[in-house]
Amino acid sequence: MLIVLTLLFVVAFAAPLIFRKLGRSTFYLLAAVPAGGLVWLLATFGRYTVADQHGVAGPNAPPSQVVAWIPQLQLELAFRMDALSAVVSLLILGVGALVLFYCARYFKADDAHLGPFGAQLLAFAAAMFGLVITDDLLMLYVFWELTTILSYLLIGFARQRLAARRSALMALMVTTLGGLAMLVGMIMLGQTAGTYRISELINRAPELLAHGTVVNIAVVLILVGAISKSALIPFHFWLPAAMAAPTPVSAYLHAAAMVKAGIYLVARFAPGFAGTGYWDAVVTVLGLLTMLVGGWQALRQFDLKLILAYGTVSQLGLLVLVTGLGDRDGAVAALGLLLAHGLFKATLFLVVGIIDHQSGTRDIRQLSGIHRAAPALFGVALVGAASMAGVPPLLGFVAKESVYEAFFQQAQHGGWADWLVLAGVVAGSMLTFAYSARFVWGGFATKPDAEATAFKPVSYAFLASPAVLAAATVCFGLWPAPVDAAVQPYSWLFPADGGIHLALWHGVTPVLGLAALTLAVGALLFRYRREVARFQDSTIRVVEAERIYRAVVGALDEAAIWVTGRTQRGSLIFYLFVILTVAIVTPVSALLFIGAPWPDDWVWFDSPVQAIAGAIVIAGALAAVRANKRFLAVLMVSVTGYGLALIFALQGAPDLALTQMLVETIVLVAIVLALRSLPARLWLRTPGRYRLLRAGLGLAFGLAMMGLAAVAMASRTAPPVSLAFPELAYEGGGGANIVNVTLVDLRAWDTFGEISVLALAATGVASLIFVRGRGDKRPRAVTVATGSVDRMSELDELGHRSAAVLTARRFATATRDAWLVAGRTLAPERRSIILEVVTRLLFHSVMVFSIYLLLAGHNLPGGGFSGGLLAGLALTIRYLAGGRVELAEATPVSAGVLLAAGLGTASLTALAPLFFGGEVFQSAIIHFSLPVFGEHKFVTSTIFDIGVYLVVVGLVLDVLRSFGSEVDERSESRPRHPEHGVPHEAPEALEEGVAR
Amino acid sequence: MTVNLTLLVVMGVLFAVGVYLILERSLTRVMLGLILITNGANVLILSTGGAAGLAPLFGKDIPPDAYNDPLPQALILTSIVISFAVTAFLLGIIYRSWILGRQDEVQDDIEDRRVANQPSFDAEDDAEMPAETTEFIKAEAEESPGTPTARAKGEE
Repeated sequence: MLIVLTLLFVVAFAAPLIFRKLGRSTFYLLAAVPAGGLVWLLATFGRYTVADQHGVAGPNAPPSQVVAWIPQLQLELAFRMDALSAVVSLLILGVGALVLFYCARYFKADDAHLGPFGAQLLAFAAAMFGLVITDDLLMLYVFWELTTILSYLLIGFARQRLAARRSALMALMVTTLGGLAMLVGMIMLGQTAGTYRISELINRAPELLAHGTVVNIAVVLILVGAISKSALIPFHFWLPAAMAAPTPVSAYLHAAAMVKAGIYLVARFAPGFAGTGYWDAVVTVLGLLTMLVGGWQALRQFDLKLILAYGTVSQLGLLVLVTGLGDRDGAVAALGLLLAHGLFKATLFLVVGIIDHQSGTRDIRQLSGIHRAAPALFGVALVGAASMAGVPPLLGFVAKESVYEAFFQQAQHGGWADWLVLAGVVAGSMLTFAYSARFVWGGFATKPDAEATAFKPVSYAFLASPAVLAAATVCFGLWPAPVDAAVQPYSWLFPADGGIHLALWHGVTPVLGLAALTLAVGALLFRYRREVARFQDSTIRVVEAERIYRAVVGALDEAAIWVTGRTQRGSLIFYLFVILTVAIVTPVSALLFIGAPWPDDWVWFDSPVQAIAGAIVIAGALAAVRANKRFLAVLMVSVTGYGLALIFALQGAPDLALTQMLVETIVLVAIVLALRSLPARLWLRTPGRYRLLRAGLGLAFGLAMMGLAAVAMASRTAPPVSLAFPELAYEGGGGANIVNVTLVDLRAWDTFGEISVLALAATGVASLIFVRGRGDKRPRAVTVATGSVDRMSELDELGHRSAAVLTARRFATATRDAWLVAGRTLAPERRSIILEVVTRLLFHSVMVFSIYLLLAGHNLPGGGFSGGLLAGLALTIRYLAGGRVELAEATPVSAGVLLAAGLGTASLTALAPLFFGGEVFQSAIIHFSLPVFGEHKFVTSTIFDIGVYLVVVGLVLDVLRSFGSEVDERSESRPRHPEHGVPHEAPEALEEGVAR
Repeated sequence: MTVNLTLLVVMGVLFAVGVYLILERSLTRVMLGLILITNGANVLILSTGGAAGLAPLFGKDIPPDAYNDPLPQALILTSIVISFAVTAFLLGIIYRSWILGRQDEVQDDIEDRRVANQPSFDAEDDAEMPAETTEFIKAEAEESPGTPTARAKGEE
């Protein structure tokens, strides 16, 4: 059976390709696959019916196959073909093959998207087949939702039509809702039982039911899935709406296959769970109600397809009702009706498809005289409709009689409620007769007030599928023995009592009388259809469930918009307010509730200098708020940074102090470079009441953090983990600088993550400024004319010649560069001889010192970070003294290469130990001796530090090239504005910014 | 453990001022606020390291608790350099927003406002739908602008 399943899926996947070659005739090929499956199923049918239906494994059990998939989730590909699976599979494969065959004539050769359609239809057959043969609850859910999704695609086939799109979505939402409820129920059941194997669950039902409410609720949730799929009240509205699907889809999905999935599920669980908990309440009440409402509504329809759709709803109600009876009679009757319904309803849908195809309408008020135009079609339809109405000697009658028998037996042994159910079923069947008659009359009769509809002749190939189905209906009506043999084994799952058989003639029984009564009253209902219609119009209309659905969905939309509108205000400040408030309130209230310890050991400061440094930091921070000039504010923030460096130094953290100083300096330079084109004044101020609010929030946040920090420190009970670090660093890491060893060895993963962030940020900066590319190619000095870079205009803003500029130019006559490589390229008025000389003297020493910091860092303050920052600072000086060409000369290697080399080095250090049988980031200590220098010790983690160094240099270089060189070049290439203080229109700058 | 009031107050002030600044519209001030918050966080981490101690340079005779705790130091070192990278990135953003829009200001997201003000009516879901009694609608009727379907599509 797995071969059939696989074949169905594989051919479905390949279908679009075949369609490209063969066009719509591919449908014949596709039909052959389920037809082949049907042949195989019939050939092996005996194996499923003779087996012990309770059996899970063993020679006498139904054939099964189990493939482990995810054992941790108890998810396995378990398949098992028992009698129930086999009977439903007959319908799926048989009707599937006929519908696919029918499609080849139904669609036009040049219809768009036929390939995907054929694939979906066949895949649907595969999913249905998988659904009925799987023995695992979770797999069943997977197939279940697969059919839901495919049905969405199939209903929405005519995607250009609003009706198709909307009803496809509705069917999807409703059945998925039920599916999710079912999933919850399945998981509850599976977890309670400890297994997801369906056959075991059913066998162990009595033991499970002892768990009480959990299992009862689980079963109800699973039933919710079933009734949503089978379109029972209150979910019934999706099925009539789904008639927007192409008619073959309706014939297959909405008559024979998908809606039967719900019936299958009820039938699957009935042997163990029928009559328990809330089963009867759901199954009996909803089933009966659906049957009556569906039949009632079918009588009001004018669209042939809608008559069938409401008829299907009605029949599904009956099917659920009889399947849920939970005894042998019910089981036989249910499967009999299932097959009969599949045959006649598919026939009728296919007939409607032909009528629509040939005449262009399904409206019974427009159709007239079709029985003359297409007598063969009329014959087929008559058989189907008569079977639906329960007219002997057709299969529908056989099934209907056994259904009556089952309910009659139930009523005889039960109370008044069971008699009520029987009465309801009979009444529903009368309605069924009436709408069946309405269907035939509406579709085929010659109406006095309408002229005969134009009707194209029907080809044999087109008529073949419904004709085969109708023939089966007649054949098995006259000779129901094979059907009886097929459906009996399923009933063995129920306790042995009763035991009806499907047969055409049971003798003169009360049930036969009921059947006759049904026909008679049904005929009367049809005879007096005008009066019935008038009565229907005069009664209060039932609230349409679809309206409720749309109201619910609409309310959901409204709520979503409301919530989105209230929360997504588009204001960053609003978001920050919310986030920060939560960040204050949550931990503080947690502290208050748990009664956190308050520190009792306070000191004012560790040393008086610390207090002074603290005062500097506070003063800097407060001044930064007051500052209304941009660079003043920046400077004040820098003051806090330098003050912090002092605090670090005092605390006993030389590495931090060093790094903080270097970073603060470079940040200051970077800010000045980046923000130089912005106006000097910070002119924007938030209005007063917001200022108070912000100040309040800031204060609260500061206080909350202080409280949290105090409590956190008072809560410490264990000694710090870092007490072991000194020993670890020296013995394991081979370095005396504990902080540095921590970074490059003990916590090397952190550092690796960090330098990745640095590389990303550097690339981000370069991308933001250069926009296209990283701008790694800068002009070299030889190509740049002397004194050409960053020239000031010779005329000042008043139009006078600027004396200072002229004087500077007169002095700058030397073309040879005495101090720097490219200092000459800078415009004379920009040059500073002192800066150039100092740079010349300092640069190389600083670079050497940075390398010293890098290498010594393992034992003394320093390391890759501070070394790299210092090298970056040296480059900064070069840039400031000699301009952008000087910077390009100073760095023959581009920033991108530096970043890549740094990350590469670090990664190699991480991975290299693996080749020596070590772990990632494991370091080795190598001792060696050099002449003159003596004994030496080399730790491999130093190489990692070199990677860090390179990345940091690359980051600084990117900052310099972007905010320095590139911004220089841009401001040079556009006219300077005399006053930066006012935001003004600058179209050329805008264009330039966008263009780059 | 002993709580150092100076560090605690310095941290509190840095956080308070930082929060005050990032709630501002000026991007430059937001950036400065972020720098201050980073500094505050660093002070917080530092204060968890306990009282001032020896620089964490290993000496054989020094007991491990005589050093200032090296673990917070390593964390702060990471934090300092990362915040440099973040600041550089923010500078890039400020420059870019200035070049593109002559604005040094956090803008409100207009798209969010538009979403909040949209009507809940959606033609796809809510338009009245004519009953169709055939699948074989003529192609030209389908495409003509007068049909409700076409109108509904036009509104999308």
